[in-house]
Amino acid sequence: MKLTVWTYEGPPHVGAMRVATGMTGLHYVLHAPQGDTYADLLFTMIERRDHRPPVTYTTFQARDLGSDTANLFKTACQDAYDRFKPEAIIVGASCTAELIQDDPGGMAETMNMPVPVIALELPSYSRKENFGADETFFQIVRHLAKPMARTERVTANLIGPTALGFRHRDDIVEVTALLDEMGIDVNVVAPMTSSPSDIARMGAAHFNVLMYPETAEMAARWMEKELDQPFTKTVPIGVGATRDFVAEVAEITGRPAKMDESRLRLPWYSKSVDSTYLTGKRVFIFGDGTHARAAARIASDEMGFEVVGLGCYNREFARDIRGLAREYNVEALISDDYLEVEAAIEAAAPEMILGTQMERHIGKRLGIPCAVISAPVHVQDFPARYSPQMGIEGANVIFDTWVHPLVMGLEEHLLHMFRDDFEFHDAAGPSHHGGHAPKPMPATADEAREVEDAPAAAVERQANGEVIWLDAAERELKKIPFFVRGKARRNTETFAAEQGISEITLDTLYEAKAHFAR
Amino acid sequence: MKDQAPATTGCRTAPVLKERGQREVFCGLTGIIWLHRKMQDAFFLVVGSRTCAHLLQSAAGVMIFAEPRFATAILEEGDLAGLKDAHDEIDREVGRLLARRPDIRQLFLVGSCPSEVIKLDLGRAAERLTQTHAPHVRVLNYSGSGIETTFTQGEDACLASMVPVLPNTDARELLVVGALPDVVEDQMLSLLADMGIGPVRCLPARTRADEIGVGPNSVFALVQPFLGDTHAELERRGARHLAAPFPFGEQGTTAWLRAIADEFGVDDETFARVTDAPRKRARTAIAGAADVLNGKSVFFFPDSQLEIPLARFLTRECGMTAIEVGSPYIHDALHGPDLDLLEAGPQISEGQDVDLQLERVRAARPDLTVCGLGLANPLEAEGLLTKWAIELVFTPVHFYEQAGDLAGLFSRPIRRRARLHLEAAE
Repeated sequence: MKLTVWTYEGPPHVGAMRVATGMTGLHYVLHAPQGDTYADLLFTMIERRDHRPPVTYTTFQARDLGSDTANLFKTACQDAYDRFKPEAIIVGASCTAELIQDDPGGMAETMNMPVPVIALELPSYSRKENFGADETFFQIVRHLAKPMARTERVTANLIGPTALGFRHRDDIVEVTALLDEMGIDVNVVAPMTSSPSDIARMGAAHFNVLMYPETAEMAARWMEKELDQPFTKTVPIGVGATRDFVAEVAEITGRPAKMDESRLRLPWYSKSVDSTYLTGKRVFIFGDGTHARAAARIASDEMGFEVVGLGCYNREFARDIRGLAREYNVEALISDDYLEVEAAIEAAAPEMILGTQMERHIGKRLGIPCAVISAPVHVQDFPARYSPQMGIEGANVIFDTWVHPLVMGLEEHLLHMFRDDFEFHDAAGPSHHGGHAPKPMPATADEAREVEDAPAAAVERQANGEVIWLDAAERELKKIPFFVRGKARRNTETFAAEQGISEITLDTLYEAKAHFAR
Repeated sequence: MKDQAPATTGCRTAPVLKERGQREVFCGLTGIIWLHRKMQDAFFLVVGSRTCAHLLQSAAGVMIFAEPRFATAILEEGDLAGLKDAHDEIDREVGRLLARRPDIRQLFLVGSCPSEVIKLDLGRAAERLTQTHAPHVRVLNYSGSGIETTFTQGEDACLASMVPVLPNTDARELLVVGALPDVVEDQMLSLLADMGIGPVRCLPARTRADEIGVGPNSVFALVQPFLGDTHAELERRGARHLAAPFPFGEQGTTAWLRAIADEFGVDDETFARVTDAPRKRARTAIAGAADVLNGKSVFFFPDSQLEIPLARFLTRECGMTAIEVGSPYIHDALHGPDLDLLEAGPQISEGQDVDLQLERVRAARPDLTVCGLGLANPLEAEGLLTKWAIELVFTPVHFYEQAGDLAGLFSRPIRRRARLHLEAAE
């Protein structure tokens, strides 16, 4: 048993729903109790889809258990075919149905449906949403795709986009444009936008673009082996990765590498002087493996940040992210425990978080700005405007998105100059976030507590052999901008402890600052 | 009081269309979202699967800032294969939780579909844990599983689990049952106090310290129409139910108060003195929205069991016509008084086969469809105006001062459609 407050991934059948909902002409018959229909609203509300997901839930109740849940499944399956006339059906069980062992796949097979029926085995008590999507797409491809003659022109399948994916809608457009510039057509985009008959003609493409390894890597490997289609290993998120992707496609296809950079703005924006203030900003990166990896490269090489934390919530990418973390001299955080992630961020005291919607909440709580780089998705992750992560426009979007939560360059400079001004105090927050500016008060709960019962706490701390802050040093600390104050406090205390100093004076503060100067 | 008289031919005896099939509803776990805000010293620990945790997170819509007073103990393969004793695991997780949260005074172990199917005895766990953690913490259990409960039945199961452990009392007291937002509860208490009725006890109480007794001299009134099991448990303790329409709208609130006033011998003059002003305010507030709603038709998908009282409100106080009123369950003892006041005509339906019901709504093309979040956008895309039902549960809508807001929830989609001009001007 594992105690969970918030989850990064849903159960695996939600992954299967993401595949089915992205497609047309496919229906999912899910053996599940009432209540599991909540998953429909993920698609209709978060993604604002104008159709119900193509899912029939068998809706068994307590009184059906031990009597006739199997028959209920068969009826639901037949009704779903008669009503929706899909080209293919996928069948499976949610967590509860898995326990009653009705074997939906076996039952559906005996029904002799006139269309292909694909059985899914998604272990709900050991795997999660991304696995569910990956496995479902793999099974659909394995059942429906066949080797066939290649198209005359060079074509690619784009694989991995699903319903409820983080910016998948716009990434498809961007990657299609990248390929188009090299004279490469798109054969099939799947699972999102495809039908079972489209899946059947995937073998005509010359290669596959694996956009999201989380949801399509198994299918990519199967097609490499069975359909003799190579797949791209680079995910084109960020300027460097996009250039690498173009080079990789050139290598696979033998066509010249070509990229129209006229709209690419990230490199110049990053070089321009206003961006000087981004230098060495300490960022903590957390997301799914693919987006975390991409963010680390952009943060370090394209924005000039310092990566002080790196991790992912999907264990399937643990090895990959551990290896990457070593390159940045940080320890990888592989966890789907929200409280553990919060503790790690608090300990690293970054100046910015590049995370998911969950980390956005952590950031709010800790007073650290956050930009969202990855699923799990939120209604905000489906903006009306074009907002890809991949390719050239993706790089531009990422620059804007990551800079937005920060205090602007000139503004940060002014804060240092006028930090005691009553209106321009350092806790006022970025001026373009008017409504969210924190009140001029202690930045953290810890500080609030220290202010309230400082004398008592000091005595206690001294008794415990901890260092205490003398008044002048404490007041000086308050003058440091709030977004670096926590770091300054920790550095100074570490420095004092190393030096065997029990009372922090003004001098200790500045000695520590010199010691840690970068 | 002419407007309180039953419609000449109410819906209480009308034939009910009973359906079963796919249900587009939440399970009872969803009630935790509002119950944990209402009971400020309670923690809800769901023993379930990743799906349960995902549902709670999604149903809440946004994550609640700060650590919420609910969590899911997710069953893993080892728990199912019997490799680990699930009871030891529960004890360990509860021990950790209570050590971290000393402010918790009552803990609910909430059963889920998987815990029911593997027959995990949470009742036994609750008894054992109560012995370990008493007197500081009381541990109770109920089922919020989808195989047992539909959406608001989760609150019913929770409150029903509290009734057997309430202390005995012989006092003649009024018990008001059902979770209300604090501000609404205070309005209700003040109306009753002004009539000289008191002390009035509320279930659920805001904290364990506020708790109440129950016994043969207790009478109780329900403020929510989905508390069938709690109703039965209270009767088992000897308490007597004051049947009444539910306090939605000016008329519903007045009828609800009237039933209590009659029981406590409040004279007409006092009743009028206390209610005249808020009744007038409520009527004025409703009138604004009713202008928009008057003459429009409404179709209810089953969701929260609020459908029958709300249909009564919309037809009698806002001038709407009901085409179909679907409810997950219909209890005559609870819904009867509202059905009496609902003029014959609409199809009353119980249970759901969502695809068949969608065919009916498409054929009927009502002016407003009240449905769950999974259906709302798809129906809007087909050109039907919708009101998401969950908002009726999460928003303060009871009693006089909220009557206008309640009507506003239904008129807003219609007003919005009238405001939007998205075509070329020509």
